[in-house]
Amino acid sequence: MKRRTLAAHAAMVALALSAACAMSLPALAQTPPKTLKVVAHADLKILDPTFTTAYISRNFGYMVYDTLFAQDATGKPQPQMVEKYTTSKDGKQWSFTLRPGLKFSDGSAVTSADAVASLQRWAARDSLGRAMTTVGAEWKATDARSFTLTLNEPFGMVLDALAKPSGFPPVILPERIAKLPATAPLTEVLGSGPFIFKRDEWVPGNKTVFVRNPNYVARSEPPSGLAGSKKTTFDRVEWLYLPDANSAVSALKRGEVDLIEQLPPDYIAPLRADTGVKIGAFGTYQGFLVMNQLHPPFDNPKVRQALLQAVNQERFVAAMGFPLDMRMAYCATYFICGSPNDTAAGAEPYRKADVAKAKQMLADSGYKGEKVVLMVPSDVPYLNAEALMAAQTMKSIGMNVDAQSMDWASIGARRAKRDAADAGGWNMYVTVAGEFDANSPIANAYLGAACGNTLPGWPCDKPLDELRTAWLKETVPAKRKELLDAFQRRAYEAVPYINAGQYSAAFAARANLKGLDKLWAGMPTVWMLDK
Amino acid sequence: MGYIFRRFLSTLPVMAVVAVVVFLLIHLSPGDPAALIAGDLATTEDIEKLRAALGLNLPLWQQFGLWVGKLFTGDLGTSIFTQMPVTQLLGQRLEPTVSIAALTMLITLLVAVPLGTLAAYRAGSWIDRLVMLFAVLAFSVPVFLVGYLLVYSFAVQLPWFPVQGYVHFGENPFEWLRSLVLPCVNLALVYIALVTRMTRATVLEVLHEDYIRTARAKGLGVLAVLGHALRNAAIPIATTIGAGIALLIGGVVVTETVFAIPGVGRLVIDSVQRHDYPVIQSVLLLSAGVYVLINLLIDLSYRLFDPRISY
Repeated sequence: MKRRTLAAHAAMVALALSAACAMSLPALAQTPPKTLKVVAHADLKILDPTFTTAYISRNFGYMVYDTLFAQDATGKPQPQMVEKYTTSKDGKQWSFTLRPGLKFSDGSAVTSADAVASLQRWAARDSLGRAMTTVGAEWKATDARSFTLTLNEPFGMVLDALAKPSGFPPVILPERIAKLPATAPLTEVLGSGPFIFKRDEWVPGNKTVFVRNPNYVARSEPPSGLAGSKKTTFDRVEWLYLPDANSAVSALKRGEVDLIEQLPPDYIAPLRADTGVKIGAFGTYQGFLVMNQLHPPFDNPKVRQALLQAVNQERFVAAMGFPLDMRMAYCATYFICGSPNDTAAGAEPYRKADVAKAKQMLADSGYKGEKVVLMVPSDVPYLNAEALMAAQTMKSIGMNVDAQSMDWASIGARRAKRDAADAGGWNMYVTVAGEFDANSPIANAYLGAACGNTLPGWPCDKPLDELRTAWLKETVPAKRKELLDAFQRRAYEAVPYINAGQYSAAFAARANLKGLDKLWAGMPTVWMLDK
Repeated sequence: MGYIFRRFLSTLPVMAVVAVVVFLLIHLSPGDPAALIAGDLATTEDIEKLRAALGLNLPLWQQFGLWVGKLFTGDLGTSIFTQMPVTQLLGQRLEPTVSIAALTMLITLLVAVPLGTLAAYRAGSWIDRLVMLFAVLAFSVPVFLVGYLLVYSFAVQLPWFPVQGYVHFGENPFEWLRSLVLPCVNLALVYIALVTRMTRATVLEVLHEDYIRTARAKGLGVLAVLGHALRNAAIPIATTIGAGIALLIGGVVVTETVFAIPGVGRLVIDSVQRHDYPVIQSVLLLSAGVYVLINLLIDLSYRLFDPRISY
C-alpha cells in the first residue's frame, strides 16, 4: 500500500514537473530584450527638462522628447521635427512645417499647437527664449503642421535657439502639458522621442528605465550630434545610479554595465590598462570662480582682475584630478576652447599666471584686507578640489580667506543671499559648466546675465549688456565675430567670473560597445550605440 | 495584554518628541531644496517661485502642522523632488532592506551563537583565542573595506556573485539570494563579532553556575549541558541581537551604497543630501517607530527564555 502511494506521488510530481517545464518553455524561448545599461552621472529626480538646468534632467529630455531643430556634430542647427522652414529677407518672418506623421508615444499626433505651446513655455524660462521675447517673438499655429514666428527686429540666433542643446532645450510637449503652470516641475512625461519612460520601473536613487518608442518617427539622415535619426537597436535602456565609483568600475569590468557616463578622474589611468574597457573624452567643461559683486572686495573690478592674474588654470584642473591629455594648460576664451566662438581677444595679459604682478594689482586696487568668505563644497570631490585651489590662489596674493566647508545643498541656499558675508552672505563659490552652458555670450549664464539679474554673484556691466544685445541682433557673420571679440575683451576688463581651466570628462565603456566614436559633446546619445 | 497596551501608549510621547526634533533639525539646517531643483544656473526669482509652489515659504509651524495633519490621515507626504508619495518610495525600498536585515541576522545567529558557545566551552584554549581574534578583526575592519574586498574576490576575480544591484524575490528567488550573499556576509561580520563575544561571555558565566556543575555530575552530555547553559544565557544574547536589528537600520547604509542596493538606508542618505524634507521626516519617524517596536518585542521574548518573568 505504502509503495503504491509512493509511486502515485512520484508520478504526480513527475507530471507536475513536466507541465511546469512545458509551461516555462515558451518563456525560455523568448529572446531577452536587448538592453543597454548605463551608469548615469547623477540620479534622476526631476522629470522636467524645461524646469531645471540639471544635466541629468536634460539628458532625460533627449531620451523621451524630440526637438524642432538639433545641432549636428559640427554644431550646426539641422531640422529635426521640422520638415521645412522659410525666412523673410529681413529675418523678421519665419514659417515652419512639421514632418508628417509625427506622434507622441501614446499614439496621438504632434501638431503645431503642441510646438507653439512648448516654445512659449520654453521662452519664459530660457535665456535665448527671453532674448527672442525682447525682440517681440510671437509664435502662431497656422494649420495642424505649420506655425510662424514673427519678430519686431532681426534676431541672429533663431535656429541656434531652436536647436539649443543645453540649459533649457526647447523640447516639444503636448499642448495640454505645455500649458500647465511653469512654477513647479512637470510630472507627466509624454514625448515623441526615441524612448518611453517606464515610470513603473523607476526607482529614484537607483534605476531609470526606458523602452523603445514604437511611435517614434525617425529622420532619414544618419545620426550626427543631436541631429538625424534617433532610431535605436536597443529595446531597453537602463540608467543606473551607482554612487560608489568603485562599485561602478567593478560592475563595468565584470560586464554588468555597458557604459559609465562620467568616470571619476582618478579611475581614468587604471582603467586604461584594461583591454576589456574603452575610455574616451565625453564633453568639455570649464571651472568657474563665481564672485559676489554686490559687496567688497569683489565689487571692485580691479580686485577681480588681480585674482584673474593669479589663476593658474592648469593647476586647478590638475587638482581636480584630470590627466594631462584630458586637461588644457590654458584656455584663453570664456566660450570654450575648440568651440565655434573660440577667441583669444583680450586674454593676452592673463595668459601666464603671475603671482607677483597679481599682488601688486591687488595692492593698487585698494583692497583693505576684507575677509573673503569662500564656500567650499564638501560632498562633491572635484568642486572641493577647485575650491581649495581657489583658496590657495587667493591666499598666495595676500587675500584674507575664510574657507567655509558645507554641502552643495547649503551652498545652493546660501548663494542666493544678497547680504554681506558677515551677515550670512558669501563672497565666492566655485562650479563648472559644460560647453553648451559656456560657449556664447548668451548661453553662458554669467556672461549672459544683464544688469538687474537675479543670478547669484549679481554681475553687472553696462558695456557688456550693450555688446551682448548687439551681437544677438547682428546677422552678418563677420560683424558677429567682431562683436564677439569686443564682448570678450570687455569681459576680461569687467571679469564677471573667472575661468578656472578647461578639461574633458571621460566615459568608460565595455570594449564590445559600438558607436562610441559618435558620442558627441557629453550628450548621452545612446541611440547611436550598439553591441 | 495590559503590559503591551501600556508600552504602546508610552511610545506615543516618544514618537511626538522624535517628530518635533526631526522636523526642527531638518528645517533649521542650512540648505534649500528649491535651489537644488531649479539647478545651478537658476535665478533667485525662479527659486523663490518654486519655494512658493512647494509651500517652503510658509512659516515653520504651519509646515509642521500640515505634515502632522497628513500623518494622522496616514499620508506620509510627497517627495519634493520626485513628486512620488513617500509611501511609494518606502514600498520600493522596504523589501531590499528587510531582506538584508533578515538574512544578515540569520547568518549572524547561525555563526555567532555556536562560535561563542564553543569559545566559552573551550575558554583559554587556542580555539577560544582564534575565535576572539576573528571577533576583534571583524569588529575593527571598516564595513566598506570588507565590502570592496568581497566584491573584488567573489564578484570580479571569481564571478560567483553580482557586483551590484538587487533582484526582487518575486522575480527570481535564486538571483535574489545571489544578490544578497555578499552584502549580507559583509554586514553580518560586525554582528557576528558582537554576538560571538556576548555569547562567549554569558555562556562562560553560566558554565560556572552550580546547576551546571550538578548537571555535569549527573553525567549529562556536553550538548545537553550547553543546551541548559544557552537557555539561561539567552536573555543578554537576545537583547544584543535585538539592538543589532535596530542598529541595522542605520548600519545598512554603507553596505547598500557599496553594493548599490536600493534600500531604506540609501533613501535616507539621498534625501538628506538633497534636503527632501517629507521623505526624511517620515522615514526617520518610521525608523524610530520600528526601533521602539523591536525593543518591545525583545522585552516580550524574555518570557520565552525565562517563564518566571511576568509583566
